Amino acid sequence: MATYSTNQFRSGLKVMLDGDPCSIIENQFVKPGKGQAFNRVKLRNLLTGRVLDKTFKSGETIEAADVVETSMQYLYHDGSRWHFMVPDTYEQYEVDENVMGEAAKWIKEEDVCDVTLWNGQAISVTPPNFVTLEVTETDPGLKGDTSSGGSKPATLETGAVVRVPLFISVGEVIKVDTRTGEYVSRA
Amino acid sequence: MDDWRPAASLENLRRRAALIARIRLFFAARGVLEVETPLLAAAAVTDLHLASFELDAGGERRYLQTSPEFAMKRLLAAGSGPIYQLGKAFRDGEVGRLHNPEFTLLEWYRPGFDHHALMDEVDAFLGEILGLPPAERIPYGELFERHLGIDPHRAGAAELRRCVRRRDLDVEGLAEERDPWLDVLLSHVLEPRLGRGRPTFVYDYPASQAALARLRDGDPPVAERFEVYVEGIELANGYHELVDAAEQRRRFAADLARRRERGLPAVAMDERLLAALDHGLPPCAGVALGVDRLALLATGGDALADVVAFPFDRA
Repeated sequence: MATYSTNQFRSGLKVMLDGDPCSIIENQFVKPGKGQAFNRVKLRNLLTGRVLDKTFKSGETIEAADVVETSMQYLYHDGSRWHFMVPDTYEQYEVDENVMGEAAKWIKEEDVCDVTLWNGQAISVTPPNFVTLEVTETDPGLKGDTSSGGSKPATLETGAVVRVPLFISVGEVIKVDTRTGEYVSRA
Repeated sequence: MDDWRPAASLENLRRRAALIARIRLFFAARGVLEVETPLLAAAAVTDLHLASFELDAGGERRYLQTSPEFAMKRLLAAGSGPIYQLGKAFRDGEVGRLHNPEFTLLEWYRPGFDHHALMDEVDAFLGEILGLPPAERIPYGELFERHLGIDPHRAGAAELRRCVRRRDLDVEGLAEERDPWLDVLLSHVLEPRLGRGRPTFVYDYPASQAALARLRDGDPPVAERFEVYVEGIELANGYHELVDAAEQRRRFAADLARRRERGLPAVAMDERLLAALDHGLPPCAGVALGVDRLALLATGGDALADVVAFPFDRA
């Protein structure tokens, strides 16, 4: 079983902690001049998304987590699960709703997402930073009102609801930042 | 590849050079002699928490020094009088925002001083070099009582561990010993609060953390040792030096026994230092101060890389 020693700690390293895979966000070496050295580590639990702080005695080892991030194409939704494929190998993966989380509301078939696999199981899906989606429902905007700061809700083809400027109407395609859930521009 | 370039700005390197020139003036004005001692010595520190780089020098085992302490004490025993040294020291495995495996250390010794007299001088040094106001001084015991409500000289490992837990610190891998838990509290909870606005000198450490300091009998007995903190950064460590050769040999042997227990590398005990102590080390106090950290404080940077031309990852 692969392990890492504290002196290999760096951000992005994937390790096992209390049975869950975690990613190191930050690693700080602290040592009183004449005392025990420690690594103060900030980690993200990759299953729950929770961020936790932990201190390790320097020199301790910790089990590596078999976590890989792979680009996959979204194929289809079968009513309960999302199906993805690795373009190069045609390998397919099924993803549960709870793992999809927010990603579900942004992606269309053929979009390429980053899928995180732990021991071969998908544990998280990150949609592209920007997606272009069609507006399927929104109140008609006021004619000529193209510059006032006002906004209104719009429902997109995937079901996501975002705030859009008043001049956007049904049938238009817009660009959205999936990290913030905000409208960027007309596509 | 852009890592051929210095990590520190040239402006900071100029300020660092000026700082080092001021350090030399400080000691010249006080009649303290500058000395140079070997970096590549036949013996090493036995301290459990210091790892020496070991290397083969023409078939002979040598150690890069973690501090020039042993050789400087040999000079003192030979009658050098007050001495200081500015030079590199090496500690394996210490890499981080405030650590570099090779770093610049200022170490000085004052025959006839105890740790309080030396704290006075360190205080004057920081006033002159960094322009800091006079330091506050607090005994180690009082520091823990005041901020954590525990007695660090008497609390057991279990009580110390509870104190760590109460502060929502999740610590992995520590045995049921007092000192590592005290180190957690000091480094995680107390240190960030020390030296704010003016330096903090913490002194009279638990006897178990004496290192090379002399012990003072009492209830509890304490080690006549001090640490200097400036803006949450540990800057210096000083001792009213142990001069008793037999006691020094016992401490070395105890360290080496614990090294064996823990599977740490055995190192050669410094017999020349012991011989010098046998001959007679004048009563003295000494202190080692991190010059890279000093430069960091002088320039207001955030990490040693701001004041070191080529830190470990560019060396």
